[in-house]
Amino acid sequence: MSNLLTVSPSPHVHSSDSTQKIMYRVVYAMIPAMAWGIFMFGFDAIRVGLIAIISCLAFEYLIQKYLMKVKPTVTDGSALITGILLAFNVPSNIPWWIIVIGAMAAMGIGKLSFGGLGANIFNPALVGRVFLLISFPVQMTSWPVNRLAEVDTVTSATPLGLIKEGISNGIPVSQIQGLPQISDMFLGIGGGSLGEISALLLILGGLYMIWKKVITWQIPVSILLTVLVVSGAFWMVNPEIYVNPVIHLFTGGLMLGAIFMATDMVTSPMSPKGQIIYGIGIGLITISIRMFGAYPEGISFAILIMNAATPLLNMYIKPKRFGGK
Amino acid sequence: MLKTFKIGGVHPPENKLSKDKKIEVLPLPKTVFIPVAQHIGAPATPVVKRGDEVKVGQVIAQSSSFVSTNIHSSVSGKVKKVDFAADSSGYPKQGIFIDVEGDEWVEQIDRSNDLVKEISIDGPEIIKKIQEAGIVGLGGATFPTHVKLVPPKGMKAEVLLINGVECEPYLTSDHRLMLEKTEEILVGIQLLMKAMNVDKAVIGIENNKPDAIKLLIQKCKSYNGIRVQALKVQYPQGGEKQLINAVTGKEVPSGGLPIAVGAVVSNVGTAFAVYEAIQKNKPLIERVVTITGKGVEKPSNFMVRIGTATSELVEAAGGVPENTGKIISGGPMMGRAIRTLDVPVTKGTSGILLMKNEEANRGECISCIRCSRCTAVCPMGLEPYLLMTLGEKQIFDRAENERIMDCIECGSCSYTCPSNRPLLDYIRFGKGKVGAIMRSRKK
Ligand code: SF4
Ligand code: SF4
Repeated sequence: MSNLLTVSPSPHVHSSDSTQKIMYRVVYAMIPAMAWGIFMFGFDAIRVGLIAIISCLAFEYLIQKYLMKVKPTVTDGSALITGILLAFNVPSNIPWWIIVIGAMAAMGIGKLSFGGLGANIFNPALVGRVFLLISFPVQMTSWPVNRLAEVDTVTSATPLGLIKEGISNGIPVSQIQGLPQISDMFLGIGGGSLGEISALLLILGGLYMIWKKVITWQIPVSILLTVLVVSGAFWMVNPEIYVNPVIHLFTGGLMLGAIFMATDMVTSPMSPKGQIIYGIGIGLITISIRMFGAYPEGISFAILIMNAATPLLNMYIKPKRFGGK
Repeated sequence: MLKTFKIGGVHPPENKLSKDKKIEVLPLPKTVFIPVAQHIGAPATPVVKRGDEVKVGQVIAQSSSFVSTNIHSSVSGKVKKVDFAADSSGYPKQGIFIDVEGDEWVEQIDRSNDLVKEISIDGPEIIKKIQEAGIVGLGGATFPTHVKLVPPKGMKAEVLLINGVECEPYLTSDHRLMLEKTEEILVGIQLLMKAMNVDKAVIGIENNKPDAIKLLIQKCKSYNGIRVQALKVQYPQGGEKQLINAVTGKEVPSGGLPIAVGAVVSNVGTAFAVYEAIQKNKPLIERVVTITGKGVEKPSNFMVRIGTATSELVEAAGGVPENTGKIISGGPMMGRAIRTLDVPVTKGTSGILLMKNEEANRGECISCIRCSRCTAVCPMGLEPYLLMTLGEKQIFDRAENERIMDCIECGSCSYTCPSNRPLLDYIRFGKGKVGAIMRSRKK
């Protein structure tokens, strides 16, 4: 034999799966919601998407190459996901430089300061979003009216914002003006940021990811159920000051957060049991912020807080060992 | 519903290229190299020297302790030398080189193909003969069979499980044996049952071998106490603990032996060897070896004399294909990559797999993305990503607490990891260290 043989320890075969393929499956899952956003908001949506994606990829490349001096990993698909998620999380009429700042916060603070893919504790896109929410609260929470809306205004506040303001002014929920129909929110005919407006298409993407084994059902289901049950209980006690639980489900980016952000595998627990605890935690914190906190929506903060609890959950919740204790 | 084990598992492409190829007898080699350590336990002690004439079936190295076993000559001819040479581990091992002359067998061996059903000896005698015949687990573990048949004090065997799972991709030697030596295997199982004094035996076979399942179900009707259990295809079902779990639902406790749940596991190849040893007086001098691979011209199953060089098998299957990048002794999940084709076939060689260049290399290792796939597939319920980190960082006390020693080295974790992380490499390293620490503590 002329050629040299490879000698390495077993196993000698590998499944056809790769991290890059997994990442791209997440991207495919976001396409329907992305396309709907573009249809609803037109050129603005494309503008926001492109700026977010390009600046996330660019920051990852530049920081890795020139600051960290490591081989850039822009092609693995994870920065692309962060870019799309960031675009999903901002109104389509936001100035371009705010998006760039968000991308810098996401990649620089959220991801690379921890060491890059796999080492970060917090979901990078959420770090970006929260950074912007705190820095530019006005720009981040007023939404352009989409092409199917009948009202002729330039911007509107979010449904949860309206409710929060109404309740604090003592107006009963049933008399708050300007709330969209629940069915509109489900289909995505209401206002909202780019990717969060159509619950239906987000759920579709989620089902695709579960089918392709990119995510498990545990996290989204436990978040949504917790929100539904807790807000439902309050609503049944007093529907005048608490909102219909279904509105909670379909607004404020809950779907987007539960399906695409809380499920980020790097920052969520490994074991199914840990994932359920994590999901319940996110649900409870979200509802508490929405009902009693200063912000109308709460999912972003809730996910970030539970991200921080993830290492702890991984440490203490062990898979069922073969052969007992 | 088909049974399978409860935790983890993967299903790699089966690639059983040689499953329809009848077992052929490989022509006698010109020389053989028979290592004296082909089993787990103490190496046997050579009892022949240079120039001695030997016959097929003659003892050439004697068992040196209870956990050890005899080695017999697989050919007739003249001992060339007793020396060291590399076996499949790559390390030099002591062994006996014999130049083949003719094919003369020890007289008592019955070389006919007639089936002998009548069992004429009792349990302890069976065990003694198994020990003398040099029989070890032929599934690859090569643990001396007679040791398994004697339960430790205070424990009692209730059921004999026969492993006909062959869960490793590519390998078909057990499959062929079940089809071609069906009744011999069943008689062998009865011998093992008698030796262990149990009245129940279950043959576990994965569902990708429907012909073997059907045949054995039909034939085992005339053998008391033996039944067949069809199993869902799932790697590593051939692992002792997984097979026991799949068939009986019981879990062997951490650190314990199968006998702790009343089970003893033996391979179908071993059952056949037991049959030959007792009914035919034939010690373990040959075995079925699959030679296979995507580029191999004629994937085959050969009956091979122990000590035959791997190159002979490969030649018989059409030679080494042009772009061969890796050669494995055993299956692709747990087998060993070998450096040259000079290494001999030993009692534990179940197959030789030739992999193409493009199959030989691992993908680039990147960061762990905490996808938990490794945890989900681990059949022992461990957390491979964590064990790897603990191995890498040499945090051995924590690794021990995280039950690194439970790892059966099945490779499911490394197989699955989308980031191509060498999980098992680091876990092996950790196991070695933790094992040493545990032993030193005992002293
Ligand atoms: S090699 Fe060990 S750690 Fe990896 S899956 Fe198998 S038993 Fe689990
Ligand atoms: S399978 Fe690989 S990437 Fe996934 S958690 Fe395990 S080690 Fe990390």
